[in-house]
Amino acid sequence: MPNGHSIAAHAGDLGHGHDPGHGHDAHAHAHHPALQHHFETLGQQHEASTLGMWIFLVTEVMFFGGLFAAYSLYRIWYPVAWAEGSLELDIMLGGINTIVLIGSSVTMAMAVRSAQTGYRKATINWLLVTMALGLTFLVIKFFEYKHKWDLNHIPGANFQFEGPHAPHVEIFLSLYFAMTGLHALHMLIGFGILSTIAWMAYKNRFSPEWYTPVEMAGLYWHFVDIVWIFLFPLLYLVDRAHHFA
Amino acid sequence: MSGHVAPKSLYYSIFGALMVLTAVTVGVAFINLGALNFPVAISIAVLKATLVILFFMHAKYSSRLTKLVIGGAFFFLFLLLTLTLTDYMSRGWHTSPRGTTTAGQLQRTDAPNGGVAPVGGHVEPPSPVQEGQVEGH
Repeated sequence: MPNGHSIAAHAGDLGHGHDPGHGHDAHAHAHHPALQHHFETLGQQHEASTLGMWIFLVTEVMFFGGLFAAYSLYRIWYPVAWAEGSLELDIMLGGINTIVLIGSSVTMAMAVRSAQTGYRKATINWLLVTMALGLTFLVIKFFEYKHKWDLNHIPGANFQFEGPHAPHVEIFLSLYFAMTGLHALHMLIGFGILSTIAWMAYKNRFSPEWYTPVEMAGLYWHFVDIVWIFLFPLLYLVDRAHHFA
Repeated sequence: MSGHVAPKSLYYSIFGALMVLTAVTVGVAFINLGALNFPVAISIAVLKATLVILFFMHAKYSSRLTKLVIGGAFFFLFLLLTLTLTDYMSRGWHTSPRGTTTAGQLQRTDAPNGGVAPVGGHVEPPSPVQEGQVEGH
């Protein structure tokens, strides 16, 4: 067996390397520092992380899915109230936030790419831009909430709304706050994750061989973006054309 | 182990496509397409989400097992929404003798009662005239 012979010869080379006395130690330290002992290779470790992250995101899809199901039911029951409630939302601010958040997804993708290709400075900068855009989103969201507060459009004891379908508009606004609130909470958590990742990048923890945390943080950030991609038309754009027709 | 490195131009193209689709969905919201407004808005959102998942989240370059898990997420979401809606949207169908339904009114935005749909299966009883017509055939 020629192959077996060459492997044996190669193993012999390793055993009688430049420093025979520390041959075993040299072998142990040949592993990448990020490789955990229960994985064969960094590739396998990365694959396991990716799969685990996606399984977590499945549970997140179902988490938000419950709210989307509640939204669908009440929309079928109270379509007119849904249109009236939707008209209370600022389509301009919602649209700007959509652009901001999709923009932050691109900068996040660029951060992952920079980590993949080993540009530490670029990775940090793209992460900081992503965090700045995330913060912009939250500030705009804050002013939208503030406006609702000033108008007494917060569901509860002090809820006030002019119109025949006020109780049902209140349900719409309850779902609006529940869905955008849960989304904003995810943005805050994502902001914290990105801060940690940016710090790790600053500490030079990543390399083209191992950048898994950057990519996993990216998956979370993109997921939050996708939730907003659905929230925007469902909450802000409901039946506008029908209302004005 | 550095995975698939997509060119920068791809990311910028996807961003451009997402911006165009956002503009389209806002524009279409102001055009009265009748019952089509909602499906169009959802289709555009699904298309945008697909672009993000495939390219930004690297699903296109991921293993089959990961792809299966991603598909699983949307399969279970599909079950959650459709099985729930088949119940609520079909309420009242069974109480009607000839399969006529008020469910069509549930989706109308210009319902005269302000969208307060008759939930719980209340259906107008058929008039004797209609009964006679059916039996005459």
